[in-house]
Amino acid sequence: MKGSSQTKQSDREITISLQNVTISYGNSEAVRNIYCDIPRGKVTALIGPSGCGKSTILRSLNRMNDLIQGCSLTGRVLFEGADIYDPKVDPVEVRRRIGMVFQQPNPFPKSIYENIAFGARINGYTGNLDELVETSLKKAAVWDECKDKLNESGCSLSGGQQQRLCIARTIAIQPDVILMDEPCSALDPISTLKIEETMHELKKNFTIIIVTHNMQQALRVSDMTAFYNAEKLETGSGGKVGYLVEFNKTDKIFNSPTQKATQDYISGKFG
Amino acid sequence: MTQTKTTSHITKSDLAYDPGLNRNIFNNILTFTTAIFSFVSVLPLILVLSYVLIKGGSQINLSLITQLPEPPGDDLVSAGGIGNAILGTFIVTTIASIIAIPMGVGGGIYLAEYSNGGWFSRFIRFGTNVLSGVPSIIAGVCVYGVIVSTKIIFGANFSGIAGGIALSILMLPTVIKTTDEGLKLVSDDLRKGALGVGASKFITISRITLPTAFTPIATGIVLAIARAAGETAPLIFTALFSFYWPSGSQALFNPIASLSVLIYNFALEPYEAQNQLAWAASFVLVMLILLTNLFSRWLRNFTSINKS
Ligand SMILES: Nc1ncnc2c1ncn2[C@@H]1O[C@H](COP(=O)(O)OP(=O)(O)O)[C@@H](O)[C@H]1O
Ligand SMILES: [Mg+2]
Repeated sequence: MKGSSQTKQSDREITISLQNVTISYGNSEAVRNIYCDIPRGKVTALIGPSGCGKSTILRSLNRMNDLIQGCSLTGRVLFEGADIYDPKVDPVEVRRRIGMVFQQPNPFPKSIYENIAFGARINGYTGNLDELVETSLKKAAVWDECKDKLNESGCSLSGGQQQRLCIARTIAIQPDVILMDEPCSALDPISTLKIEETMHELKKNFTIIIVTHNMQQALRVSDMTAFYNAEKLETGSGGKVGYLVEFNKTDKIFNSPTQKATQDYISGKFG
Repeated sequence: MTQTKTTSHITKSDLAYDPGLNRNIFNNILTFTTAIFSFVSVLPLILVLSYVLIKGGSQINLSLITQLPEPPGDDLVSAGGIGNAILGTFIVTTIASIIAIPMGVGGGIYLAEYSNGGWFSRFIRFGTNVLSGVPSIIAGVCVYGVIVSTKIIFGANFSGIAGGIALSILMLPTVIKTTDEGLKLVSDDLRKGALGVGASKFITISRITLPTAFTPIATGIVLAIARAAGETAPLIFTALFSFYWPSGSQALFNPIASLSVLIYNFALEPYEAQNQLAWAASFVLVMLILLTNLFSRWLRNFTSINKS
């Protein structure tokens, strides 16, 4: 069955589970009938041609889509077994457990220290803030570059450093899952490598889900890869709808994909 | 080959500026015309400032700001001071700010952060634009009709409170608009960033968006205050005038003096002493408004330097 999960993970290892998820903007469906079980403590990459709904899926995992007018979701998104779209669920609580790093680095116009401390404070962190700032910056591999200027504005850093600051900021709220939407697409190759190294460190403590248009990056950083594609709508209106083609271990996807579309995409025939 | 040859043939004179060319003549004429116009447009400012400076500046002394004005009469050498009018202007403007700033900032926050562009927010935006175009005398008449003549506020008739309310109506649209526009300038990325680390909407606005938009909002508020401080028409219908210091527990519920109304009243008197006092008051008022405007500029520069 196309689009269904092909992994055989036991429930204990699954942190987020998408069950027949369809997301629409207004009346047009953006992605359709997604089934996908995302394992805990691993890096999962979402790849696919642009416009196939990768960002849409990612945003649905911590209810960032709530901010978009007219965006609606059917199906179930389970986080540790609980449906995060249950009316009783507070989206703010969801985002504290599932943090997000965006495509454009977006540090707050505050000091580097405050950038990290902000999330912790509002989440009621009672421990030692100085320590938290230091460990978060270390985990995100920017400590060396920042340690002498913690009181300078976060916006004074370079793009790559800003992005790692944003990662540190997310780490500081101690989430279970970190979502990253093309975190390196605005960065130079050296900053990109640094962030990839950071990710290898992070997966010891966090589950990471990363959207990337860079297949080499998916290959380098991820354990699991989900390949999405878009197909023309039956209505013939020219609109497209995204779906999950194949989800498997990264080396399987890249070396022996079962779907022809996957094969074509990773060998660069389209996208 | 041929191309390189032709380019090498271009001599210095081909590239030289030719003032006789049509486009260059036209350009010079236009530059000159716009320069004249811009000079003419700042002329009133220069004239007003220098006239007030000459007529009023010469009378500035300490007794001017400590004494009370004398009621009109033709036997006076001096018409006294404008102390109560300065104080009154501060009091009435403060009342107006206390009303207009929270309401305006709150309304602006609603428009920029909470509304979804539906009919209600469109109606509010439209209403704000209309209100900012309403002549100030209408605001005065309106407050007169609703508050002064009905004595609805603790039986007070003409009063500082009524004056403050009238001025707040004039400040409100500016404050709403600058807050709305200031917040809209804040990048959506920042809001997402805050929500992405688990901030609630309230925290996002109060800790991230509002502080980021502080400069444009504060600048707009200061300009609104400066405008309100100089208004006359709304105060004639509401705060009226007084020859005494505002004092006692009823101070805000009695008629209160203000610089602008003092100027209006005394400039029309047939007595020289009163006219002189009106000039002195004009000078003080213009200086206060100038200082407020300079303050708003400083605010803008100060915070923009601090940010980078
Ligand atoms: N805010 C939005 N409003 C309306 N449609 C959107 C919005 N964001 C994305 N879409 C649509 O959803 C589809 C998937 O977009 P997106 O998730 O951004 O794809 P990807 O990240 O894979 O490039 C596209 O057809 C896009 O036009
Ligand atoms: Mg995208």
